[in-house]
Amino acid sequence: MLLIIWETSYRIFQWGWKFPSVLQTADAFYDGFVNGQLLEGTLSSLRRLLTAYAIAVVIGTTLGFLFSRYRFLDETLGMLVVSLQTVPSIVWLPFAIIWFGLNDTSVIFITGIGATWTMALSSRTGFINIPPLLLRAARTLGTGTGYRLFYQVLVPASMPHLMNGMRVSWAFAWRALVSGELIARGTGLGQFLQDYRSLGDTSSMLCIVIIIAVLGTLSDHLCFKRFENRLLARYGLTK
Amino acid sequence: MIDLSGVSKGFMQKDGRKFGAIENVTFSIRKGEFLSLLGPSGCGKSTLLNLIAGLEQADSGEISMQGKKINGPAPDRTVVFQEHALFPWMTVIDNVAFGLKQKGIPKKTRSEIAMEKLQMVHLTRFAARYPHELSVGMRQRVAIARALSMDPEILLMDEPFAALDEQTRLILHKQLEEITVITGTTLLFITHNIREAIFLSDRILVMSTRPGRIKREFTVPVARPRDYVDPHLHQLEAAIMETLGEELEKVLKEEIGYEFRIKKNAVPDLAVNHLGNEL
Repeated sequence: MLLIIWETSYRIFQWGWKFPSVLQTADAFYDGFVNGQLLEGTLSSLRRLLTAYAIAVVIGTTLGFLFSRYRFLDETLGMLVVSLQTVPSIVWLPFAIIWFGLNDTSVIFITGIGATWTMALSSRTGFINIPPLLLRAARTLGTGTGYRLFYQVLVPASMPHLMNGMRVSWAFAWRALVSGELIARGTGLGQFLQDYRSLGDTSSMLCIVIIIAVLGTLSDHLCFKRFENRLLARYGLTK
Repeated sequence: MIDLSGVSKGFMQKDGRKFGAIENVTFSIRKGEFLSLLGPSGCGKSTLLNLIAGLEQADSGEISMQGKKINGPAPDRTVVFQEHALFPWMTVIDNVAFGLKQKGIPKKTRSEIAMEKLQMVHLTRFAARYPHELSVGMRQRVAIARALSMDPEILLMDEPFAALDEQTRLILHKQLEEITVITGTTLLFITHNIREAIFLSDRILVMSTRPGRIKREFTVPVARPRDYVDPHLHQLEAAIMETLGEELEKVLKEEIGYEFRIKKNAVPDLAVNHLGNEL
């Protein structure tokens, strides 16, 4: 239905090359995957994303844990993180270029940085909201207060919050990635977008937007949402 | 087996003043006995339990177990809390086996022991369920099984049945009685329910309130299995009620602010004022 409206309005309003028609887009899709580098670009974007994301989740969770544990850190560094979170991560790109040069590392850096703050704040909430009773019960059963308590009780107990944090920071990372790639070099979806713009190839540009949207939706629905629902059902948190 | 001597513990209040929860408490728990601490809410009985569990530290005095000073929680003193405190992300059997896992017992032995303990509380059918799928009473039974799984020297129970409805509570009394007879474990039981204390215990310590002290000791000279309609139990109940009555009066006076009496066959104050009026 949407496609029909799109195609007819293309014909009626005579958009010409500024916005592509359905057929042109489909054609560009086919061309891009069969002959072009679209697939390769998508994969290398995903690779960057996953690297940055993994680092962000680990650092973010660690920060969140420290904030929940040490009040002093929470009131100093924690406040800083809250304000950093409101800054779009792309503003760090100029810094990243100076530090790492115009390359992959810069893109990974700014992709990770946005996700890290979100993850830190979510995991902090998660750790703070663990019922103290669970911790006491765990200690009487011999977990001690160290590493075992952390990964056997603290992490699973705050899992619903951690999961939410992971989902939101994934979205943040995804956005930062594409904007980073628009500017930095190397094969990637953002870079293609830039290249096609200089060629005036709007149908290929739209292709990339669609790929980004589809990948984002797929990862959210198939991966995060499913996992989150299962988790909530298991914890007995669904209505 | 466990000895407390001169134990005191206070808490800082928001206005900076110190509030004495318990003061100079001395008693000992004998091996294999079922001891209840009975008292009105706020008398510091849960604090005492936390001290023995090692979850809190006493300000002064000493608590020792088999001659060794207690200075932290350990699996030889497991606790059943008022709320079940089960881990919601684990199945019932994993919850019961959690403590064994900390001990480093292999998985197979672990689940065998866990099953055996679940058998004691008659919940083997629910081993693969998650805690939220069970009723409140069942969860508390799982918590008991989990505490038993460690084969503790002493089982500490902090008002474990207070949140249950009357029917469930009666069933659990029977089950706990059964468990104590089978395992012969030492048990410290905290409650504000007089009947519960009498039905279950060998010995009852009645606590006074503000500050918390041991006020009087009662022994229950009735063999198990016990029956609720046993007249011995009723006589004891009356005696304890009288002791506790003074304490309750103290609490209510503080809360309500005027003369309040819990006396046998007493006419309420308000009624007294109206006798003879409007004749």
